[in-house]
Amino acid sequence: MSFMSDLIHGADNKFDHTSLNALQKVTLRAVVVAFLFYGLAAVEGMIMRMASITPSIPPVNGSVDHYFAIMTVHPIVGIFGSTYQLVFGAFLFLIPFLTKKPLYSIKLANAVWLLITIGTITSWLASFIYNYAPLYTLYWPLPADTTQFKAIGGVMFIVGVALIMVGTLGFIYNVYATVFSKIGVHKDKTTKELLISGFGIDGMLNLYRKLTGRQPYSKEPALSLPVVAIFRGTVDTFLDALVILSAGVLVLVFLLADMGGIKLDVASVDALLYKNWFWWGLDLVADGLVLIYVAGAWYLLATLITGQKLFMENVARAALMLELLVSWMVWSHHLLADQGQPEMMKLISGEMVTAFELLTQGLALFITLVTLWKARPLKMTMELKYLLGGLIGFGLAVPAGIIQADMAMNRVLHNTQWIIGAHVHIAIIVGLYMTLYSVVYVLWPLVTNNAKLWSSKLANAHFWLHLVGGIGMGAFMGMAGLDGMLRRHLYFDGEYNYYMILAGICGGMLLLAWLLFLFNVIMSVGLKGLIGIFLPSHNKEASYGIEPSKA
Amino acid sequence: MTFLNSLELLAFHNVAYSIYSALIIAVIAWFGYNLTRTEVAKPLVRIPFYGFIAFLVVAGVGHHIFTYNVVPWVAEDIMRSQIKPDKTYKVVVAQHKFQLPSEKLVLNCGEKVLFDVESKDLVYGFGLFRKNKTMVTQMQVNPGSKNTLLWTFHDDGVFDLMSTEYSGPRGNNMIVKDIIEVRDCKDKIAMNGGSK
Repeated sequence: MSFMSDLIHGADNKFDHTSLNALQKVTLRAVVVAFLFYGLAAVEGMIMRMASITPSIPPVNGSVDHYFAIMTVHPIVGIFGSTYQLVFGAFLFLIPFLTKKPLYSIKLANAVWLLITIGTITSWLASFIYNYAPLYTLYWPLPADTTQFKAIGGVMFIVGVALIMVGTLGFIYNVYATVFSKIGVHKDKTTKELLISGFGIDGMLNLYRKLTGRQPYSKEPALSLPVVAIFRGTVDTFLDALVILSAGVLVLVFLLADMGGIKLDVASVDALLYKNWFWWGLDLVADGLVLIYVAGAWYLLATLITGQKLFMENVARAALMLELLVSWMVWSHHLLADQGQPEMMKLISGEMVTAFELLTQGLALFITLVTLWKARPLKMTMELKYLLGGLIGFGLAVPAGIIQADMAMNRVLHNTQWIIGAHVHIAIIVGLYMTLYSVVYVLWPLVTNNAKLWSSKLANAHFWLHLVGGIGMGAFMGMAGLDGMLRRHLYFDGEYNYYMILAGICGGMLLLAWLLFLFNVIMSVGLKGLIGIFLPSHNKEASYGIEPSKA
Repeated sequence: MTFLNSLELLAFHNVAYSIYSALIIAVIAWFGYNLTRTEVAKPLVRIPFYGFIAFLVVAGVGHHIFTYNVVPWVAEDIMRSQIKPDKTYKVVVAQHKFQLPSEKLVLNCGEKVLFDVESKDLVYGFGLFRKNKTMVTQMQVNPGSKNTLLWTFHDDGVFDLMSTEYSGPRGNNMIVKDIIEVRDCKDKIAMNGGSK
């Protein structure tokens, strides 16, 4: 086929959007929007990388207001607009696929991606138009500081975030309603059985019974392990959404009062208590949602790639339950530099419980690797490559975070580029995204009805550019952090240019990688196919891989 | 083994983490290579499952015990309410400005200094930096909270003060040059470069 034919109709005309059912379409809509937001986040990242080298470069033009406005929306676009959408889209497909039950509501699934998309754009516009820049941490009372920011900008930003959170709650409702619906294979299950399985308690009971020489509690758990991980992750996602919404309401009250000419006393809210509340919720994203969803994705990928049962499945189920407790008690590692924080909380929550994340994530890495190893020889497919890349990402990023969750190290690393580079960016870009790319390649034939990938060479180039660029950027940012470079400061005298230039080159590789991926996808599904994804589906089926009559 | 300042600690950390990073990348790459081979690969070392779990627990908890014993500021920080400082400096931060007790704070080597910092409005940071921009120490400064940092300087040098927490775009200029001078130490390491 010619280039133009592939561009318009997709590779070898193999992608037919009219053949997709409603579940496939809603999944693809979320995925497409997620990757567009990823591109926006990558462009924002590159703008900040360039400004870190030369602050006067357009579009920042040496303006700290503009620079920090970009820094404020960067995680909103990257985490909520892109990562949330991608994860939610994939999971709303996987839950029906794995449970062999239809999705509770396609309409709700459509509302989810629309709400998150509109919310992300609204928040982005608030910072773009009004330079609203309290950063994602929203440390009280900065988001209500109307001497620095326009109240209307703040209201717009908070409304945007609230829309994202409402969309998130919609996703959670859809997941729970699907998991707990007593139809199909779960027709004879009780809610109690499904709940026990969802929390991974059956895995713990099986382990206990094995140790005491008794028959297992459940030979065939009600829910498969990846579904357990998704369910477990949504518990943290739910709590996180409530915390962010509550913080949003607080900020909104102060901003609306200000617009109405009433000055409320910001000191009536304790800044440290607020910080604890906010970090408790926000950390559920990082330590609960990311680590649990990722562990679940690894288990799913390992079983799909090998076609075999997961190694030590009961231990994996029990570890998911353990992570539930761990993720609720680790937030104090963000407050090790806060001297008003009780020392006991720093020691127990900030250091000791946080250290258990090394255990839970190490366990997930071990189980995944052994499952793959037992099935060798394997073909080095794109999904396997990306899975290994994801394992490297978390293998690097989790210890980097654990190292800083230490009272000695935190004193000299808190708020430096170390944490945002060596820990956060490597965890998200290399660990999380490479895992998600692996999921994309695994699901590709299922959600597109076997559309042909246009170019394997481009896919490989994307892989290597993303892997090397991601690790390199995080590493050079981390090195700058070791030399004292702060993460939330714009330097005007080229103090850290050596590292920033190298980080900028690696950032450029990431941006190029995304462009190659996007081009490859467009050439695979064609422009007509891409538009067709967003057109209504004639097939209203909300499941995949089961007979409609059985659904 | 004792790390008396951040340069020594971070240099050690840099080497240790670099070695670890090379190792974990090599292990996954080795795995990836051997996953595709039909011949059975012979691992260099065989780590039993419980050995791996024990390693993770020891690494996670052990590094806190290690730093507590080799980094003096951890114990000082935890016990600071019971330690009598040689000097106390009260600092107020308001409207993105540090209000300091004098234009220059001169200290003798080894003196225990308590920085008692109060914020009148926003969350700020209180960070001390060497002239080469490497960080000496820092803390968060929350409004409505007691923010005290007990510190012992072991090296001669002149240090800058900078807010280490974002407090809006106006906070980007919160730098006070040459605010602290430490004298009479044998070691001049504070004036040396970091890894730069």
